[in-house]
Amino acid sequence: MAEIHLNGNLETVAEGMSIAALLEAKGVDPKRVVVELNRRILPREELVSALLYTGDVVEVVTFVGGG
Amino acid sequence: MEDKLKIADKEFSCRLFLGTGKYRTYEEMNGAFEAAGAELITVALRRLDLSDPSKKTLLDEIDWGRYSILPNTAGCKTADEAVRTANLARAMGLSNWVKLEVIPDPVYLLPDPIGTLEAAKQLVSEGFVVLPYINDDPVLAKRLEEVGCATVMPLASPIGSGQGMVNFEQIKIIIEQAKVPVVVDAGIGAPSDASLAMELGASACLVNSAVALASDPVAMAAAMRMGVDAGRKAYLAGRIPKKAYAAASSPLEGVVR
Repeated sequence: MAEIHLNGNLETVAEGMSIAALLEAKGVDPKRVVVELNRRILPREELVSALLYTGDVVEVVTFVGGG
Repeated sequence: MEDKLKIADKEFSCRLFLGTGKYRTYEEMNGAFEAAGAELITVALRRLDLSDPSKKTLLDEIDWGRYSILPNTAGCKTADEAVRTANLARAMGLSNWVKLEVIPDPVYLLPDPIGTLEAAKQLVSEGFVVLPYINDDPVLAKRLEEVGCATVMPLASPIGSGQGMVNFEQIKIIIEQAKVPVVVDAGIGAPSDASLAMELGASACLVNSAVALASDPVAMAAAMRMGVDAGRKAYLAGRIPKKAYAAASSPLEGVVR
Protein backbone atom coordinates (compact mmCIF):
# COMPACT_ATOMS: atom_id res chain seq x y z
CA MET A 1 0.00 0.00 0.00
CA ALA A 2 1.06 3.61 -0.50
CA GLU A 3 0.20 6.61 1.64
CA ILE A 4 -0.32 9.72 -0.49
CA HIS A 5 -1.52 13.28 0.06
CA LEU A 6 -4.54 13.85 -2.14
CA ASN A 7 -5.89 17.41 -2.18
CA GLY A 8 -4.42 17.91 1.27
CA ASN A 9 -5.79 14.70 2.80
CA LEU A 10 -3.87 11.55 3.64
CA GLU A 11 -5.11 8.58 1.60
CA THR A 12 -4.04 4.97 1.32
CA VAL A 13 -3.99 3.55 -2.20
CA ALA A 14 -2.49 0.46 -3.84
CA GLU A 15 1.22 0.99 -4.45
CA GLY A 16 1.97 1.60 -8.10
CA MET A 17 -1.61 2.56 -8.88
CA SER A 18 -1.79 4.94 -11.84
CA ILE A 19 -3.23 8.43 -11.56
CA ALA A 20 -5.75 7.47 -14.24
CA ALA A 21 -6.92 4.56 -12.07
CA LEU A 22 -7.10 6.80 -9.01
CA LEU A 23 -9.30 9.30 -10.87
CA GLU A 24 -11.52 6.50 -12.11
CA ALA A 25 -11.87 5.07 -8.59
CA LYS A 26 -12.88 8.52 -7.36
CA GLY A 27 -15.37 9.02 -10.19
CA VAL A 28 -13.47 11.96 -11.67
CA ASP A 29 -13.56 12.70 -15.40
CA PRO A 30 -9.92 13.43 -16.30
CA LYS A 31 -10.98 15.88 -19.01
CA ARG A 32 -12.51 18.16 -16.38
CA VAL A 33 -9.49 18.50 -14.12
CA VAL A 34 -5.79 19.20 -14.04
CA VAL A 35 -3.57 16.91 -12.00
CA GLU A 36 -0.34 17.93 -10.35
CA LEU A 37 1.99 15.21 -9.01
CA ASN A 38 4.75 16.37 -6.66
CA ARG A 39 4.50 19.94 -7.99
CA ARG A 40 4.67 18.86 -11.65
CA ILE A 41 1.60 19.32 -13.86
CA LEU A 42 0.81 16.08 -15.64
CA PRO A 43 -0.14 16.26 -19.31
CA ARG A 44 -3.35 14.24 -19.76
CA GLU A 45 -1.50 11.60 -21.81
CA GLU A 46 0.74 10.88 -18.80
CA LEU A 47 -2.12 10.05 -16.41
CA VAL A 48 -1.91 6.36 -17.30
CA SER A 49 1.85 6.08 -16.93
CA ALA A 50 2.19 8.18 -13.73
CA LEU A 51 2.26 5.77 -10.78
CA LEU A 52 1.69 6.44 -7.08
CA TYR A 53 4.12 5.69 -4.24
CA THR A 54 4.23 6.57 -0.56
CA GLY A 55 4.83 10.26 0.07
CA ASP A 56 3.45 11.43 -3.28
CA VAL A 57 1.55 14.70 -3.22
CA VAL A 58 -1.33 14.87 -5.67
CA GLU A 59 -3.51 17.88 -6.44
CA VAL A 60 -6.67 17.56 -8.53
CA VAL A 61 -8.03 20.99 -9.45
CA THR A 62 -10.75 22.57 -11.55
CA PHE A 63 -12.40 25.91 -12.24
CA VAL A 64 -14.90 27.39 -9.80
CA GLY A 65 -16.68 30.72 -9.62
CA GLY A 66 -14.46 33.67 -8.80
CA GLY A 67 -13.92 37.34 -9.48
CA MET B 1 -15.78 53.37 -36.53
CA GLU B 2 -16.65 50.91 -33.83
CA ASP B 3 -15.07 51.59 -30.46
CA LYS B 4 -13.33 48.31 -29.68
CA LEU B 5 -11.01 47.47 -26.84
CA LYS B 6 -7.94 45.48 -27.77
CA ILE B 7 -6.04 43.47 -25.15
CA ALA B 8 -3.18 41.32 -26.39
CA ASP B 9 -4.62 39.51 -29.43
CA LYS B 10 -8.31 39.93 -28.55
CA GLU B 11 -10.87 42.60 -29.32
CA PHE B 12 -13.87 43.38 -27.15
CA SER B 13 -17.03 45.36 -27.84
CA CYS B 14 -18.19 45.00 -24.24
CA ARG B 15 -16.08 46.95 -21.76
CA LEU B 16 -17.73 45.35 -18.74
CA PHE B 17 -15.88 42.24 -17.58
CA LEU B 18 -17.76 40.01 -15.13
CA GLY B 19 -16.72 37.61 -12.41
CA THR B 20 -18.39 34.23 -11.87
CA GLY B 21 -18.26 34.18 -8.04
CA LYS B 22 -20.99 34.58 -5.42
CA TYR B 23 -24.06 34.16 -7.64
CA ARG B 24 -27.01 32.57 -5.87
CA THR B 25 -27.77 30.38 -8.89
CA TYR B 26 -26.10 29.56 -12.19
CA GLU B 27 -29.29 30.73 -13.88
CA GLU B 28 -28.82 34.22 -12.44
CA MET B 29 -25.16 34.15 -13.43
CA ASN B 30 -25.84 33.27 -17.05
CA GLY B 31 -28.72 35.76 -17.13
CA ALA B 32 -26.35 38.46 -15.94
CA PHE B 33 -23.78 37.61 -18.63
CA GLU B 34 -26.53 37.79 -21.22
CA ALA B 35 -27.92 41.10 -19.93
CA ALA B 36 -24.46 42.67 -19.84
CA GLY B 37 -23.46 41.31 -23.24
CA ALA B 38 -20.38 40.02 -21.43
CA GLU B 39 -17.47 38.82 -23.56
CA LEU B 40 -14.85 38.20 -20.89
CA ILE B 41 -15.44 36.40 -17.59
CA THR B 42 -13.12 35.55 -14.73
CA VAL B 43 -12.89 32.18 -12.96
CA ALA B 44 -10.94 30.82 -9.99
CA LEU B 45 -9.02 27.55 -9.63
CA ARG B 46 -9.57 25.27 -6.65
CA ARG B 47 -9.16 21.69 -5.47
CA LEU B 48 -11.94 19.48 -6.82
CA ASP B 49 -14.37 18.32 -4.13
CA LEU B 50 -13.46 14.63 -4.15
CA SER B 51 -16.25 13.75 -1.72
CA ASP B 52 -18.73 14.42 -4.52
CA PRO B 53 -16.89 14.67 -7.86
CA SER B 54 -20.04 14.17 -9.94
CA LYS B 55 -21.68 17.27 -8.44
CA LYS B 56 -22.47 19.93 -11.05
CA THR B 57 -19.83 22.62 -11.17
CA LEU B 58 -19.09 25.77 -13.09
CA LEU B 59 -17.78 23.53 -15.88
CA ASP B 60 -21.30 22.23 -16.51
CA GLU B 61 -22.95 25.61 -16.44
CA ILE B 62 -20.94 27.93 -18.67
CA ASP B 63 -20.85 28.03 -22.44
CA TRP B 64 -17.05 28.00 -22.60
CA GLY B 65 -16.87 28.65 -26.32
CA ARG B 66 -18.80 31.88 -25.97
CA TYR B 67 -16.57 33.84 -23.60
CA SER B 68 -12.94 34.78 -23.26
CA ILE B 69 -11.81 33.18 -20.01
CA LEU B 70 -9.65 35.01 -17.50
CA PRO B 71 -8.54 32.65 -14.71
CA ASN B 72 -7.44 34.40 -11.54
CA THR B 73 -4.87 33.53 -8.90
CA ALA B 74 -7.16 34.52 -6.02
CA GLY B 75 -6.11 33.03 -2.71
CA CYS B 76 -2.41 33.13 -3.57
CA LYS B 77 -0.33 34.90 -0.95
CA THR B 78 3.06 34.77 -2.68
CA ALA B 79 4.50 35.11 -6.18
CA ASP B 80 5.38 31.39 -6.19
CA GLU B 81 1.83 30.36 -5.35
CA ALA B 82 0.46 32.65 -8.05
CA VAL B 83 2.83 31.27 -10.72
CA ARG B 84 1.88 27.71 -9.74
CA THR B 85 -1.85 28.47 -9.84
CA ALA B 86 -1.56 30.28 -13.18
CA ASN B 87 0.14 27.23 -14.68
CA LEU B 88 -2.53 24.89 -13.34
CA ALA B 89 -5.21 27.17 -14.79
CA ARG B 90 -3.50 27.28 -18.19
CA ALA B 91 -3.32 23.47 -18.18
CA MET B 92 -7.15 23.42 -18.08
CA GLY B 93 -6.76 24.27 -21.76
CA LEU B 94 -9.16 27.20 -22.01
CA SER B 95 -6.92 30.25 -21.75
CA ASN B 96 -3.36 31.46 -21.40
CA TRP B 97 -4.55 34.69 -19.81
CA VAL B 98 -4.24 35.26 -16.08
CA LYS B 99 -5.65 37.79 -13.67
CA LEU B 100 -2.66 37.99 -11.39
CA GLU B 101 -3.52 38.40 -7.72
CA VAL B 102 -0.90 38.17 -4.97
CA ILE B 103 -2.72 38.98 -1.77
CA PRO B 104 -1.21 38.26 1.65
CA ASP B 105 -3.69 40.39 3.62
CA PRO B 106 -7.02 38.72 4.47
CA VAL B 107 -8.76 41.80 5.93
CA TYR B 108 -8.55 44.40 3.17
CA LEU B 109 -7.42 41.98 0.42
CA LEU B 110 -4.84 44.49 -0.74
CA PRO B 111 -2.32 43.12 -3.23
CA ASP B 112 1.41 42.79 -2.53
CA PRO B 113 3.14 45.04 -5.09
CA ILE B 114 6.53 43.33 -4.87
CA GLY B 115 5.14 39.80 -5.17
CA THR B 116 2.89 40.93 -8.01
CA LEU B 117 5.80 42.39 -9.97
CA GLU B 118 7.94 39.27 -9.41
CA ALA B 119 5.14 36.94 -10.51
CA ALA B 120 4.30 39.15 -13.50
CA LYS B 121 7.87 38.98 -14.80
CA GLN B 122 7.89 35.20 -14.45
CA LEU B 123 4.49 34.68 -16.07
CA VAL B 124 5.25 37.00 -19.00
CA SER B 125 8.44 35.00 -19.62
CA GLU B 126 6.36 31.80 -19.60
CA GLY B 127 4.09 33.15 -22.34
CA PHE B 128 1.08 34.20 -20.29
CA VAL B 129 -1.05 37.23 -21.08
CA VAL B 130 -0.85 38.90 -17.67
CA LEU B 131 -3.51 41.24 -16.27
CA PRO B 132 -2.32 42.21 -12.79
CA TYR B 133 -4.64 43.34 -10.00
CA ILE B 134 -2.95 46.23 -8.20
CA ASN B 135 -3.43 48.97 -5.70
CA ASP B 136 -3.92 52.44 -7.20
CA ASP B 137 -0.17 52.99 -7.54
CA PRO B 138 0.93 54.76 -10.75
CA VAL B 139 4.60 53.81 -10.33
CA LEU B 140 3.82 50.12 -9.92
CA ALA B 141 1.50 50.34 -12.93
CA LYS B 142 4.38 51.63 -15.05
CA ARG B 143 6.73 48.93 -13.78
CA LEU B 144 4.21 46.22 -14.64
CA GLU B 145 3.71 47.70 -18.09
CA GLU B 146 7.48 47.71 -18.61
CA VAL B 147 7.79 44.00 -17.81
CA GLY B 148 5.18 43.18 -20.45
CA CYS B 149 1.79 43.05 -18.74
CA ALA B 150 -1.15 43.32 -21.16
CA THR B 151 -3.12 45.65 -18.89
CA VAL B 152 -3.00 47.07 -15.42
CA MET B 153 -6.02 46.63 -13.17
CA PRO B 154 -6.08 49.09 -10.28
CA LEU B 155 -8.72 48.70 -7.62
CA ALA B 156 -11.45 51.29 -7.17
CA SER B 157 -11.62 50.23 -3.50
CA PRO B 158 -11.15 46.91 -1.63
CA ILE B 159 -12.57 43.74 -3.23
CA GLY B 160 -16.26 43.23 -2.54
CA SER B 161 -16.49 46.44 -0.49
CA GLY B 162 -18.78 48.28 -2.89
CA GLN B 163 -17.20 51.57 -1.79
CA GLY B 164 -16.81 52.75 -5.37
CA MET B 165 -14.08 55.03 -6.70
CA VAL B 166 -12.41 55.97 -3.44
CA ASN B 167 -9.13 57.32 -4.78
CA PHE B 168 -9.89 58.33 -8.32
CA GLU B 169 -7.15 60.97 -8.48
CA GLN B 170 -4.59 58.13 -8.38
CA ILE B 171 -6.48 56.20 -11.04
CA LYS B 172 -6.48 59.33 -13.21
CA ILE B 173 -2.68 59.40 -13.01
CA ILE B 174 -2.45 55.69 -13.89
CA ILE B 175 -4.69 56.24 -16.93
CA GLU B 176 -2.76 59.35 -17.99
CA GLN B 177 0.56 57.49 -17.93
CA ALA B 178 -0.44 54.03 -19.18
CA LYS B 179 0.21 52.80 -22.69
CA VAL B 180 -1.68 49.56 -21.98
CA PRO B 181 -5.42 49.40 -21.23
CA VAL B 182 -6.39 50.27 -17.65
CA VAL B 183 -9.15 48.07 -16.23
CA VAL B 184 -10.69 49.32 -13.00
CA ASP B 185 -11.21 46.20 -10.93
CA ALA B 186 -12.78 45.69 -7.51
CA GLY B 187 -14.86 47.85 -5.23
CA ILE B 188 -17.36 49.04 -7.82
CA GLY B 189 -20.76 49.10 -6.13
CA ALA B 190 -23.10 50.76 -8.60
CA PRO B 191 -23.30 51.80 -12.27
CA SER B 192 -22.35 55.37 -11.30
CA ASP B 193 -19.00 54.07 -9.99
CA ALA B 194 -18.35 52.23 -13.25
CA SER B 195 -19.43 55.29 -15.18
CA LEU B 196 -17.00 57.52 -13.27
CA ALA B 197 -14.14 55.10 -13.94
CA MET B 198 -14.93 55.11 -17.64
CA GLU B 199 -15.36 58.91 -17.74
CA LEU B 200 -11.83 59.21 -16.43
CA GLY B 201 -10.64 57.16 -19.39
CA ALA B 202 -10.48 53.62 -18.02
CA SER B 203 -10.61 51.07 -20.84
CA ALA B 204 -12.93 48.66 -19.00
CA CYS B 205 -14.35 47.72 -15.61
CA LEU B 206 -14.31 44.32 -13.93
CA VAL B 207 -17.26 43.71 -11.63
CA ASN B 208 -18.35 40.71 -9.61
CA SER B 209 -19.97 41.30 -6.19
CA ALA B 210 -22.02 44.34 -7.21
CA VAL B 211 -23.80 42.27 -9.84
CA ALA B 212 -23.80 38.81 -8.25
CA LEU B 213 -25.09 39.99 -4.87
CA ALA B 214 -27.62 42.56 -6.16
CA SER B 215 -31.25 41.74 -5.37
CA ASP B 216 -31.71 41.24 -9.11
CA PRO B 217 -28.35 40.37 -10.67
CA VAL B 218 -29.73 40.26 -14.21
CA ALA B 219 -31.16 43.78 -14.00
CA MET B 220 -28.02 45.05 -12.26
CA ALA B 221 -25.82 43.56 -14.99
CA ALA B 222 -27.83 45.48 -17.59
CA ALA B 223 -27.59 48.67 -15.51
CA MET B 224 -23.85 48.20 -15.02
CA ARG B 225 -23.37 47.84 -18.76
CA MET B 226 -25.28 51.10 -19.30
CA GLY B 227 -23.06 52.78 -16.72
CA VAL B 228 -19.91 51.55 -18.46
CA ASP B 229 -21.20 52.57 -21.87
CA ALA B 230 -22.37 56.00 -20.67
CA GLY B 231 -19.00 56.68 -19.06
CA ARG B 232 -17.13 55.57 -22.15
CA LYS B 233 -19.23 57.76 -24.46
CA ALA B 234 -18.78 60.73 -22.11
CA TYR B 235 -15.02 60.19 -22.09
CA LEU B 236 -14.90 60.15 -25.89
CA ALA B 237 -17.21 63.18 -26.05
CA GLY B 238 -14.91 65.19 -23.76
CA ARG B 239 -16.39 66.52 -20.55
CA ILE B 240 -16.13 70.20 -19.59
CA PRO B 241 -13.51 71.15 -17.03
CA LYS B 242 -14.66 71.77 -13.46
CA LYS B 243 -14.73 75.45 -12.41
CA ALA B 244 -14.94 77.10 -9.02
CA TYR B 245 -17.70 79.56 -9.99
CA ALA B 246 -20.90 79.55 -11.97
CA ALA B 247 -21.09 80.42 -15.67
CA ALA B 248 -24.58 81.34 -16.91
CA SER B 249 -25.98 79.27 -19.75
CA SER B 250 -28.38 82.02 -20.88
CA PRO B 251 -27.37 85.44 -22.32
CA LEU B 252 -26.63 88.09 -19.69
CA GLU B 253 -27.89 90.91 -21.98
CA GLY B 254 -31.48 91.77 -22.86
CA VAL B 255 -33.02 90.67 -19.63
CA VAL B 256 -36.47 92.35 -19.20
CA ARG B 257 -36.40 94.53 -16.11
